Formats: sequence, C-alpha cells, structure tokens
Amino acid sequence: MLLEINGLTIAGPAGTIVDGVGLTVAAGEMAGLVGESGSGKSLTARAAIGLLPKGLRASGSIRVGGVEIVGTAGERVLRGLRGRRVSLLMQDPFSMLNPLRTAGAHIAETMPGRATREEVARRLAEVGIDDPSVAGRYPFQLSGGMRQRVALAAALAGDPELLIADEPTTALDATTQHEILALLARVQADRGMGVLLITHDLRVAFAICDRVSVMYAGRVLEQGPGTSLAQAPAHPYTAGLLRALPSVEYTLEHLTGIPGSVPPAAQVASECAFAARCDHATTRCRASRPPLREIGDGRLTACVHDTLPRLTARDVATGTLPTGSGEPLLVVDDLVKRYGTHTALGGVSLQVAAGETVGLVGESGSGKTTLARSVLGLVTPDQGRIELDGLDITRRRALTRQERARVHRLVQCVFQDPSTSLNPAMTVGATLAEAATRAEPADRLAPGDLLELVGLPPGYATRRPKGLSGGQRQRVAIARALAVRPSLLICDEPVASLDVSVQAHVLELLRGLGRELGTAMLFITHDLAVVRQIAVRTVVLFKGRVVEQGDTATVLDAPAHDYTRRLVAAIP
Amino acid sequence: MAFLARRLGAAVLLLGVLSLLSFVLLAAAPGKPENLLLGPRPSTPETRAAIRAQFHLDDPIHERYLSWLGGALHGDFGTSVYTREPVTSIITERLPVTAGLATYALILTIGVGIPLGLAAAMRRGGRLDQGITLTSLVALAVPPFALSILLLYGFAVTLGWFPVFGAGETAAERIAHLTLPAVALAAGEAAVVVRQMRAAALDLVGQDYLTFARARGLSLPRVWISYALRNTALPVLTVGGLLLAANLTGALFVERAFGLPGLGELLVTAVARKDIPVVQALVLLGGAVVVVVNLLIDLTYLAVDPRVRHGAVAS
Repeated sequence: MLLEINGLTIAGPAGTIVDGVGLTVAAGEMAGLVGESGSGKSLTARAAIGLLPKGLRASGSIRVGGVEIVGTAGERVLRGLRGRRVSLLMQDPFSMLNPLRTAGAHIAETMPGRATREEVARRLAEVGIDDPSVAGRYPFQLSGGMRQRVALAAALAGDPELLIADEPTTALDATTQHEILALLARVQADRGMGVLLITHDLRVAFAICDRVSVMYAGRVLEQGPGTSLAQAPAHPYTAGLLRALPSVEYTLEHLTGIPGSVPPAAQVASECAFAARCDHATTRCRASRPPLREIGDGRLTACVHDTLPRLTARDVATGTLPTGSGEPLLVVDDLVKRYGTHTALGGVSLQVAAGETVGLVGESGSGKTTLARSVLGLVTPDQGRIELDGLDITRRRALTRQERARVHRLVQCVFQDPSTSLNPAMTVGATLAEAATRAEPADRLAPGDLLELVGLPPGYATRRPKGLSGGQRQRVAIARALAVRPSLLICDEPVASLDVSVQAHVLELLRGLGRELGTAMLFITHDLAVVRQIAVRTVVLFKGRVVEQGDTATVLDAPAHDYTRRLVAAIP
Repeated sequence: MAFLARRLGAAVLLLGVLSLLSFVLLAAAPGKPENLLLGPRPSTPETRAAIRAQFHLDDPIHERYLSWLGGALHGDFGTSVYTREPVTSIITERLPVTAGLATYALILTIGVGIPLGLAAAMRRGGRLDQGITLTSLVALAVPPFALSILLLYGFAVTLGWFPVFGAGETAAERIAHLTLPAVALAAGEAAVVVRQMRAAALDLVGQDYLTFARARGLSLPRVWISYALRNTALPVLTVGGLLLAANLTGALFVERAFGLPGLGELLVTAVARKDIPVVQALVLLGGAVVVVVNLLIDLTYLAVDPRVRHGAVAS
C-alpha cells in the first residue's frame, strides 16, 4: 500500500474536525475522496503529506510507503518523503505557482539532481505541453489550464509513487476540467502511480475513480467502487447527494436537496453523523456510532439499516419551465466592449422576454460577465444598444435621475459568492431594509416578508452574514435583490460556490420565484446541468460572440456549434 | 527603455517645479539677506545697495531665477552669502559624512530588520514574535534625538567605547565615529522594516505556492530564498529606499546631537543665516535624492518581478 490511513483524527482549537478516518491507496489505483465543504476531506489530504495548517493536530496513523508520519516524524523525514514518495496538486492554478519563477524553474527545482533543458521539455510534453518555450514563461503568461498542467508536471518532477490531487479542476472551465482530468487519468495509468483524488464533484469521482470514499462531518460514511456507488448507493447520504445532482439530460420537476446542514464533527461523535437529516433514522442510529461494515462487492457502509427502502438515485419526473409572455423585456443589440486590444464583447445580441429565464453559458473570458455588468450599468459599452422595458440604458450617465431610479427597480443582481457580496457589518434585517427603501412605497416588503419569500425564518433578520451558512447567505442575497421587486434578475453563477445539496435548494428557490413572481432571469453559468434545470432558452457565448442560441433542450441535445459540442462532451 | 525615458522626463519636470517653488518661497520669506550679512555693524544705504547689487538682489525675480537656473545647469549653484565659498564645494565637503551615515544606517536597518521580521512571522503569536513586536514598538516611539542622547551618555561618556563628537578622519575612525549615530538613526527605521517584513511574510505563509513548494519536498534554503525572500522583497525594498532618501536629507537631529558636520547640520545653519544659495541647493539636492531613489526602486521592481517587466500589472 502506498498510503494507509487508520483512525485518523484531526483536532483544532474548536474541537474535532476529522474523526477516525480510514483510507488506503494502492499502486496503480485511482482512489476518490468526495464530500461537501467542511467534510474534512482537504484536511485529510493535507495530513497525508504532513502539511496541516498551524494549530491543527493529527492523531491515529498515516503510513506513506510504509513510513509512519503521524507524531514521530520530524520535518526532515517528511521532506525526504515529499516530492519523491508523495506529492500534492492543489486547487487553484492561479495561486499555486510562484509568480516570480518560470514554469521550467518550477519543474527543474523539484527534480532530483541537475535538470537539463531537454528533461524539462520532456516533462512538459508528458503533461501535454508540446511547446518547449513554455518552460521560459511566467505563470501570469499562461492560461488556467496551462498553469494546472505546469503544476502537475512540477508535482510529478520528483517521480512520486503517490499523488494527492486536492480539487485539481474546481477552479477551471468546464472544457479545461475535462482535459485535466483525462490527463490525470492518463499520467496515472502510464506511470502506474497511485492517485488520491479529492473532489466535491460526485460525477467526476464516480466516473474516473476505482474506489470512492464518501466523507461527511469528518468521517467516512461509505466506500466502494465508483460505478456501483453511483448505481446503488448504500448510505442515505450518498443517495441524497445523487438525488440533489441536477441532470443535464432532462429538466427535473423537483430538485431535492438534503434538508438541514452539516453538523460539526464534535457534536455527533457518538451517533450516526447523518441521523439528524436522514428520512430513515431510527433510535438505533442515535444510540451509538455505526461502524463501517462490509456489504459485499468490496463495499462498506456506515448505515445500520440492512434493508433500506430501495434507495433510488433520483426520481425521474420531468418538469417544464415557464416560457414567459413573449414581450421583450431586455433587448441587447450588437453590443461591443473592448479593453485595450482585447475584445470582451464583439457584437452580442440577445433578448429576454418578461417572465422568461435565459441561460448564458460560456467559459471565463467569453464575455458573459462583461455583458452582465453592461446591463447593470457597471460597464459602459463602446457600441451597441441595451434596452430595458423600452428604455435605452446603454449609457447610464445619460439617464435622468428618475430614469435611473426606475432602472434600479427593473433590474437587480445576484452574485456568485454570497460571503463577499453581503456587508459583514450589517445584520440581515438592516441589509434587506436598506434595499427595500429603493422600492416603490406600495411594493415595499418588510425584512421578515422578504426572508419568508426565500424560505428563511423571519427571525434571521437579527443575524449577521457570519452566522449563516453559504446557502442561507445566498438566499439573503436573493432576498436583497427581490426587495425592489425587479422584473429582471441577473444571476452571475449564483450556485457555483455552493455544495450540491444546497445548490438544489437554491435552484429550486429561483425556479419557484420565476414561476410565482414572474421574474425574468438572465442566468449566467458554466454548468450545463444547471442550465437544463432553470433556463427555458440558452445562449452560448464564446470569445465575445454568440455562437448558438435556442431552446435549452435543442442546444444541449443537438448542439450545432463546435464549441457547444465540446462543452456537452466535457460533462463527466 | 520607454519606461526609463518617461520616468526621467517626469523627474526633470519635478525638479524644475521644485526649484522654482523653493526659489519663490525663499525670496518671499521675511528678512533681508544684506542685514543678516552685515550683522550688528553700522551700515549706510550705499553699502547695503552695493551688497544688493553684488548679489543681484534688486533684479526682477524671474531674471534672478533664470540666472540661477543657468548656473545650476552648469554645476554652479552660486556662492554662499555667509562664507563666500562656492556652494558646490561646501556641499561636497559635507556630503561624505551624511552619505556614510545614511549607508551605515541602511545596512543596520536591513541587516536587523529583515531577519527579525521573518523570525517574528515564522513564530507568529509566540514569545519571540511578541518580544520583537514590542521592541519594535518601543524603537518606533523613541525619537532619534532622544535615543542619540541616551547612546551618547551610555556608550560614549560612561563606557567610553565610542567617540563623543565629530566625524573622524581615517576610514576606521570614521566607522567608529558613525556607529552610534547610525544606531540612533537605524533603530526607528529597523522597526518599520520589521513590521513591514512581518506583514509581508505572514501574507506569504498563507499562499498556496509556499505550501505547494513544501509539498514538492524543496529544500529549506530554496523555499526561503527563492520563495519567501524574493516574494517579500518588493514591499520591503520600497520602504528601504524611502528610508535611505530620508537619511540622506533629514538626519539633522542625529547630526546635531553627535556634532557631525553633515548636510542636515548644514541645512539648519544655512536656514538660520538665511543663506539662500545654500538652502536652495540643498532643497534641490534633497529632491534629486528622492527622485533618484524612487527611480532605483522602480528599476529593482523591473528586475525582481516579471509581471512588472512584461506589463501584466500597472507599475
């Protein structure tokens, strides 16, 4: 075994975070570790390479290539193992490389002995970079995908037997994600190396991993071969996660998230960690902590129930989305925006009808955010025209005060990251009350009503954003946008930073708002499955141009443009 | 190259404006130079007029400025109203003392500040960090002249390890004479560098690329030099450069306290004597030092950071 983790417990000042995790990775094996944020999967990975953040302590046993690294091993022993026996690939290609060193220097400094130019070029070729001049470039001169390739080459430069890949594709575009995962699988097979792939993306884990461990609240709840886990989950949590996954093939009638939120590991030490959120929980689940037990086929589950009422991964009732009134609400005509020599928008035209949700799909740099910012008046386009409810809003400064106030009530925005889009110093109630002052007096809603609209108890008005979970914060951000009763909501990746079970809740909320309030949405996302669930029409943006638009079903099932086909093919 | 030309153009413009401003302000200041020159001696309107004529004090101000500027461009800053020596030779005589003091202080500042700042960051929250942070706070709070007197009393008068007064003649003497002034000057500045370095290093510890470097098993010296030091160098360099500029032009308290015949000392006397040509030249020199040091900092940025070199971030 390259990696053997037994009874790993990680504790910090606030108590236990990882509680009794067991895990193995054999040579030539691709092992997956999945879980939502806060499940302890990344800390487990860090512990396996002896790089826990300051203030956290590991106990139990971690053996890397037979060497015990918990407790006894000093920094000297660990440094001997790192790079040669075990290496780490991290999430963010934009922060992982030293900004002051070239790509080649990163690879050369990690190789044992002297690195020749040819050897560096060979290492770059291994990760699919055939142009040897890349070795002389600095990280800021490379795209995200290229940086991640360079980082992989650097991580592999010491020829480790085991690679720990901690969310290596999360920060990348869909098509690049696909390429990097394929590359990782190929390199793993070529080298016969062991890989521990940590991800929150169940589809990825189940598709490419030999064995998958599902973590929750600091412990492993289920383990087994990826394909059989995906087909017949043996733990209600895994089943719940799978049910919450949006489908790219059809529009589900209901998106079902798991109710409640993840408890701290220390709070559920002596019971089933999932019991509080489980439909099948009985007194047995709370009496003691269920151990992982074998159920055949190399599978393990920590659920006490032998015969669960057949856990289906998803119900397949398909639904329909509101098509809108047909009256154009937002008309964007031939919009052009340049930054220096770079063309962010090269003549984009699209329409959103009242009450309709339009998906806007594209990778980073496609211009989708510039388009959203132009409609919001945060960016002034160079050419073209934006009309909102009959009013020309292309140049916000040219509008009168009354017109600006009207635009403000017509269009609102929900951003990607609710932890930075809410003012941390203001209570939720104050934030909502402030937003509501801009509404027409007749439409003005009290903070409590707004909270109820987004499915939060009115009592949350007294809390500050810090006291809310990520999903709750995003609900508050949505409530704030709804405070002026806008006709158009621009959603810029509103579920991209949320966990899958929370994502389902928020998507269902937005769909409900579209149906009940008749709010039109321009929904920006990179995730085709999300588009399928929410948008009746889809516009595909590529390098500042609309390459395809039409019914979501048509665009996804029979993509006409080459780029759309690549996007669809990139879905794991 | 375009960058350098642009910066040099801006520097020349800045110095021109500075010289004009200081010339006009000094001319507008109350008190007549000829009165100071004559002192308490009795004088007739004729002698005063003669002096005014000799120093062209009655010409219109723009003519006086232009003739001064013409001379300055040829390296002639006029003669001191008080000592009748050429201003250039007065300044070149004083410059080595101040330059020596400034360099000595900068070496102490960097040599002490950077390691202590790094050490504090590495042991964040520990006793060492608390000790270093507290000491730097005290060093910041004590003004240089007060520290000068303390050092003089302790090391020069009581212990007799260092000379009390003057700048010394030979190189070894010079070092001995400048040690206490340099320490007095460097204490507060080292404290600034410690805090800067600590903040930069703390920021660095949280960076993914440092974790990634360690995860690849890089040796400690490599992690320290090509990761930690290089990435923290830029903010610290900026502060160091500004401190050097301040030392070259504004070390007057320390020079006074130790009786060093430096530029700061010269400036104080020249202002008191209303020796306008000297003051004017010193103001211009100060401006030039600040401009040159900043230009050097920018060039170092270019050398250290490829992102600036390739125009990826606005410089």
